[in-house]
Amino acid sequence: MAGHTEEHDAVTGRTTTGHEWDGIKELNTPLPRWWLNVFYATIIWSIGYFIAYPAWPGVSSYTRGVLGYSSRADVAVEVEALKARRAAQAADLATVELAAIKADPKLLSLAIAQGKAAFGDNCAPCHGIGATGSKGYPNLNDDEWLWGGTLEDIHTTLKHGIRSSNDADTRISAMPAFGRDGILKRDEIRMVANHVRALSGQPTEAGYNRAAGEKLFADNCASCHGEKGLGNRDLGAPNLADAISLYGNRLEDIVETVTNSRAGVMPAWAGRLDPVTVKSLAVYVHSLGGGQ
Amino acid sequence: MSLWQKHAIFEKNSLLLVIGVIIVVSIGGLVEIAPLFYLRSTIEQVQGVRPYTPLELAGRAIYVREGCYNCHSQMIRPLRDEIERYGHYSLAAESMFDKPFQWGSKRTGPDLARVGGKYSDDWQREHLVNPRSVVPQSIMPGYPYLVRNELDVADIAQHMRANRAGGVPYSDEMIANAVADLRAQVNPDDPRAAELEKRYPKAQIRDFDGNPQRLSEADALIAYLQVLGTMVDFKGYDAKANYR
Repeated sequence: MAGHTEEHDAVTGRTTTGHEWDGIKELNTPLPRWWLNVFYATIIWSIGYFIAYPAWPGVSSYTRGVLGYSSRADVAVEVEALKARRAAQAADLATVELAAIKADPKLLSLAIAQGKAAFGDNCAPCHGIGATGSKGYPNLNDDEWLWGGTLEDIHTTLKHGIRSSNDADTRISAMPAFGRDGILKRDEIRMVANHVRALSGQPTEAGYNRAAGEKLFADNCASCHGEKGLGNRDLGAPNLADAISLYGNRLEDIVETVTNSRAGVMPAWAGRLDPVTVKSLAVYVHSLGGGQ
Repeated sequence: MSLWQKHAIFEKNSLLLVIGVIIVVSIGGLVEIAPLFYLRSTIEQVQGVRPYTPLELAGRAIYVREGCYNCHSQMIRPLRDEIERYGHYSLAAESMFDKPFQWGSKRTGPDLARVGGKYSDDWQREHLVNPRSVVPQSIMPGYPYLVRNELDVADIAQHMRANRAGGVPYSDEMIANAVADLRAQVNPDDPRAAELEKRYPKAQIRDFDGNPQRLSEADALIAYLQVLGTMVDFKGYDAKANYR
């Protein structure tokens, strides 16, 4: 750089910056005034911003700003406002008994609408968007219930879950793994599986002996599933005498169930969803067709 | 010559220019980031957050290895709609033992910050093997090999030591028992399970992948997913004191 002499450029009528690199000089083309003014204005604006909002860190704290802004406080207000808005419509949902919701058409339609929305996000991943279920996840449209199909039963199941690890009041039962734990021999399991098929009127294998199957069933299964295999909802023991089967009712499915047992898990929702939502879900599920 | 003209010094000396640029750019970092390391208000005082168990930590490594963070965030923002869907907004304290954190910024799939306890282990396993088997409209790829792959436990103690170097309070006892604790967590009948629970309060101890015969990568990943967002005891959390 040779020097800092600003020159007048004859072609453009402007001056140069005074920089010169190997004979090349630079025209002085300043930023537009309006642009610069906007830039200065933003700097001044930022000073107001620093004063109004949380901004500068200090040694043990930070400047909180005169507006006292907090995103967490703001969202708390918004959530409260939402709750209040819902409460205005659904104050009764929170206080009224489940049966009374069912009896009041206005509350019922409200609970079903809320329940349906909550079902889509929380229940559909397992039970399916139409609550039709799949292997291991019960169909909620039929009248087969493991733990009971009354409003109260469904409400309890929703609140506390089934074999849920984080709820002390969860519904618990454990079918023995008759094969894995060596309680029954292989051919005995096959015999009893055939008997379970016979209970629901399905064809059995050639080697099936009704008397032997009945004896095995009475000794090992009847205490929970009942003598005729009709199940026991207090124990979550399914009805084996109908065509509905959570894990399949082919012979090999039943052999697998008896050998290794099944222990489906449903999460407890009391801690995740608010009480009104859980109530609404109970009413919604009850309304799907199988409610008792 | 005014101060304005002094930039000639930087323009003619590239090393000085680099140093100058570093100084100017560092100011932003020093002002915005450095205080987060010493300000006590950065991390809320909460009850219940503990370091990950060895099994959860191994699961977390698989989460990172498979790039789950590319589609799933772990950060519920303080916005009404997110709280409605996912639960309480995330606290800094909940990821203080995450090295590095998995907050993420892209949600092709849902946020996972509070997925722990939302689904059953069976569902998680089936969903990992083939997401469409439980959620027909899902576009998540399947990870069937996680169920087949034996979990590599050889480096878990090293992994914990590395975390300790980064500030996670793993004790010598925790590191010495890393492999035993890891195996005990998938086997409720293991006599060491009680010790594990003492070291890692409220650790969930059960077979996670539905196959008690083997310790698979799915065991670890599901154990990790099931603990996400479940540690903080919100009954004892003073939200107002932690408004930021």
